[in-house]
Formats: sequence, C-alpha cells, structure tokens
Amino acid sequence: MARSKKNQPKTAKNVIEITALNKWFGNFHVLQDIDLTVSQGEKIIICGPSGSGKSTLIRCINRLEEHQEGSIIVNGTELSHDLKDIDAVRSEVGMVFQSFNLFPHLTALENCTLALIWVRKKPKAEAEAVAMEYLERVKIPEQAQKYPGQLSGGQQQRVAIARSLCMNPKIMLFDEPTSALDPEMIKEVLDTMIELAETGMTMLCVTHEMGFAKTVADRVIFMDEGQIVEENEPNKFFTKPKHERTKLFLSQILAH
Amino acid sequence: MNTTNLNYSGKSRPPPANTVGIVGWVRANLFSGPLNTFLTFFSCYLLWLIIPPLLDWTVFSADFTGNVGRDCTTEGACWAWLDQRIAQFLYGFYPAEAYWRVNLTILLLFPALAYVLFDNLPFSAYGRWFSVAYPFIAAFLLVGGFGLTGITTDKFGGFMLNLVAGLSGIILSLPIGILLALGRQSKLPAIRILSVTFIEFIRGVPLITLLFVAVIILQLFLPPDVSLDQLVRVMIMITLFASAYMAEVIRGGLQAIPNGQYEAGQAMGLSYWQSMRLIILPQALKISIPGIVNTFIGLFKDTTLVIIIGLFDILGQARVLQTNPDWMGKVDHETFLLAAIFFFIICFSISRYSINLEKRLDTNRE
Repeated sequence: MARSKKNQPKTAKNVIEITALNKWFGNFHVLQDIDLTVSQGEKIIICGPSGSGKSTLIRCINRLEEHQEGSIIVNGTELSHDLKDIDAVRSEVGMVFQSFNLFPHLTALENCTLALIWVRKKPKAEAEAVAMEYLERVKIPEQAQKYPGQLSGGQQQRVAIARSLCMNPKIMLFDEPTSALDPEMIKEVLDTMIELAETGMTMLCVTHEMGFAKTVADRVIFMDEGQIVEENEPNKFFTKPKHERTKLFLSQILAH
Repeated sequence: MNTTNLNYSGKSRPPPANTVGIVGWVRANLFSGPLNTFLTFFSCYLLWLIIPPLLDWTVFSADFTGNVGRDCTTEGACWAWLDQRIAQFLYGFYPAEAYWRVNLTILLLFPALAYVLFDNLPFSAYGRWFSVAYPFIAAFLLVGGFGLTGITTDKFGGFMLNLVAGLSGIILSLPIGILLALGRQSKLPAIRILSVTFIEFIRGVPLITLLFVAVIILQLFLPPDVSLDQLVRVMIMITLFASAYMAEVIRGGLQAIPNGQYEAGQAMGLSYWQSMRLIILPQALKISIPGIVNTFIGLFKDTTLVIIIGLFDILGQARVLQTNPDWMGKVDHETFLLAAIFFFIICFSISRYSINLEKRLDTNRE
C-alpha cells in the first residue's frame, strides 16, 4: 500500500490518526486494516465503488459508527468505549451528509443556531449573529427564515454546511455531499466547499467529483472492498494510477 | 443559484368566472358529475326527512315546564326536569353552596389551556407558569383544605367527574406515553423489557377490568389503614390505560423519523435528551397528532365507564333520573341526548384544535 506523506508540511500536527482500524457489520468485514493520518489543514478526497467502506470510514471518525479493532485519535482524543464525552469530540468535527439531514421543523437560521445554543451555551442573539455570518458565507442569508422544505436541494446542502461551520469545527467530514443533487445544483455546493478549502480547513470528503478533487485535494485515497488500495497526490493519482483496480475505476467514472 | 426572472406576466389572465368563487365551489364540490349530483340531491332529501322532525321533537313540540313526568303531555321531548336536575348532571352531589369552586376551576382552565395551546399570547412567560400551576390550583379548589371547606371526592359527580377524570388523564398520559415509547426503543434491556411488559399488559386487559382491580382488588394488597381515594385510583387507571396506547401511537411517530435526523443531532454534539427534545420529538409528535387526539377522545369518552364501579358521572346521573318514579319512562331519550351534547362539544373542540395545530406546524407550506 502506498502511503505518501511527502506533501504534508513537517510542522503541521496530526489531527486524525487512524491505525490498524478494523470494523465488521455482522460477518461482513467492512474496514480492513486501515491506516490513515491527516494533518491539520489537509484536504483528503476518498473515492471508490459503492460498498467499499469509504462512508463507514469517515463515519468512524465522529463515531457515528463504532469500530471493533485498532485506534482512532481525533484532536488528541482516542475514540473508545470508555470515552465519557463523545459529544465534546463530535462538536469539534463537522459533518455534511448526502441527504442534508436538515431539521425540517426548524428554519434555516434555527438549524444553524440549535447546537450553538444547546451545546456551546451561547445566548440566542449571539448565536443568531454567528449563524447569519455563516449563512452569508454560503451566500443564502436571505433564506434564513425559510424552512428546509421551501429550499432547493443545493440551498439545503449549503445550509447544512453553514450549520456545521457554526460550531467552528477543526475538521469537516463530507459524506457524498453532492450525490443527491440535481446537476445544476452541484456547482453551487462545490463552489462553497472550494471556498471553505481556501480558508485552511481540514477536510475529508467522500465524493466522485473528480474535478473538485483535482482542485482542492492534497491527497486522493482510493478504497475498494474495505481496504485503502491506492493513495497519492491528485496529479499522479489521475494520470499515473498504480493499481489495475484504480485504473478500471477511473476509466469508468471519467468515461463520460 | 439565481435563475433569471423572466417576465411572462403580460400573458396571465384571470381564470374563467365559473371556476372560482361560490359558483366554482358549488360546481367542483356538489355537481362535479352525475354521481355527485345524485348524491347531493339524495343527501338533501335525507336531511329534509330527518331535520324537521328532530327539531320538532326537541324544541317546537317539547314540554319545558312541569314538576314531574306526568306534566309532559305533548308528543315532543320532555325537558321539564332540566330546571331541577341540571345541577346534578353538571356537579353530581357536590354541595350547592360550593358550585362556584367548580365554576371557577373551569373558568381558570381556559387561560391555562390557552397558554399551552397557543403561541403569541400576552404575558406568555407568566402564563406558562400559570398553566403548570393549574392542576394544583384545580385540586385545591375542588377538594378544599388550607382554609376552604374540605369536600370529599365521593361528592364529585355529573359532567364535572368526566372532566376531572378525562382532563387529568389527558394531561398525564402524554408525558408518560412519551417516556414509555422512548423506553421501548432504549438500548438498555432492563428499561426496554419493563416498557414492553407494561404496554402489552395494559393493552391486553379491558379498562373495566383495570377499574375493578383499582377499586376492589387493590384494597386487598394495601395495609388496612391505608386507603387511597377512590377517584384517585380511577384517575390513575385511566391514565395508565391511555398511556399504553399513547406510547404505541408515539412509537409510530418515532419510527417515521429518518435515521439521518438522529445522526445529524449526534454529529453536532447534542446529547441523547437534547436530540430527543429538540429534534426527534417535535417531529414525531407532529406526525402522531391524529393518533394522539384519537387516544385523547377515546380516553375522555371512556370516563363514562366509572358508572360500573359506582361513581355517578353524567351517564350515572341520567340513569338515576330515568329510574326516578316521578320521571320514569318520560326522560330516557332526553337525558342521553343531553349527555351526548356535552361529550360532543368537548370531543369536537379537541378534534378541531388538532386540525388547526397540524396546519400551524406544517413547515412545507409555501
């Protein structure tokens, strides 16, 4: 397995350290001996065929899935059964889902302020100010008072990104953020993510948007059957893939 | 992404006159086809058959004066008893000089309910506290103590008894039902098994059986010097009975919430109870409104079963009057009709409010 770390700055500290990670769903060995280190500010794209374990991998990082073997250290805290305060770790890790998962009974603004008020214990006015700031950053401040059901898919996903950013996370996880969107909505979400990347955020992104990968990624990781098959900087990954499996995958998704 | 706002307004015209307004409504709803036209006329015919005789019997040909059943001589209804007996239908054997306490309790119920049911009322911060305090105020007014003359609960009767048992059941069964529904989904086996056992046991036993257990059998297990108030026992049993049904209604709502909602809450660092209170329950309860209201209405009507264990609610009072020698054979329909009207007013109000609430909570409206 290739594990190139040459484009990580020597000074940056590691915010995620995954060693010998194994996970099973029943008898199905979904993650097999995964090693992955992410340093601060790195952008990592994870791709692979469906069922390859890429979503499960990033869901392990904020412990939406529990792993059985190996260790995951996030911001210096090891995720384990003994961990009393998983909520504290989670509040430092933002997550954007394929299906947005906005709260339909709350307005866009209330979606953003909810965790600020209840987890960060900020007063309502202050929380709203922070939320409006991020809604402006994703360019939809005028939709603040609308309910998710009244927004387009792209707008909903941008609210979801703003909602995560409000918590001022150190790491952002994206689980196929554009897969549920109409083609004309994909660009607005990717633009938002590119802008976020430019601010120096640490990002792990499961996506098949290869143009986006070339633009922002420091490393591209290709997974298949629960293993990391190949890992490289985007230029080399796309032009000179080492493994036959990677070549096949790339030829399929870049074919049209 | 902003789409360019193209202006086509020059081409838009008002709809044809016969598709809007009263004419449009009549066409769409009453005469939209041969079958519907037939049904409209048939319904009108049925109404014409039923309504005039009903009005004639209840009002125009009815007797309103008299002291005993024999005074009612016309073909119509006999309402002469209302004058002397309406108080018993409403208050049971509650002392007449204390009726004001019941009236005041019911009067205070309106603001207490309003502050729970409606937003945007003046002084809502204080109003909510009043709503919380209301059950205690009500208990104090009805039972007495602390300066008010004590009145034992065996004096409670008539529609007031239905209201006391029904409202306390409604107020308590919702939170207990929520806890049972969450307990049934719990990851902790002890809590889950306890919840499932309770729900399945209560649902598997008729309410009448539970009421008998409460009144007769429970006493066998209690120490002889401990006596739990009869009405309190009934209230507990009605509440537990409704809670079990409530739990299943709410479980249905909980299951309709996509897993992503739980995960989004977790991913933001919300605790289990925060997620439940802020994200899951508001949505689950909204979905469950029809079922919850169904349970409320069923519970309220079930309060008439207390007649079986010797409490005289409004139906009990009707039976008393029907077997009274002065009125026997004259008031069978009238007394039941009066009871039906009282129940209908309350149940229909609950139903209308729930429809209003569902509309208000609908966040998909444009």
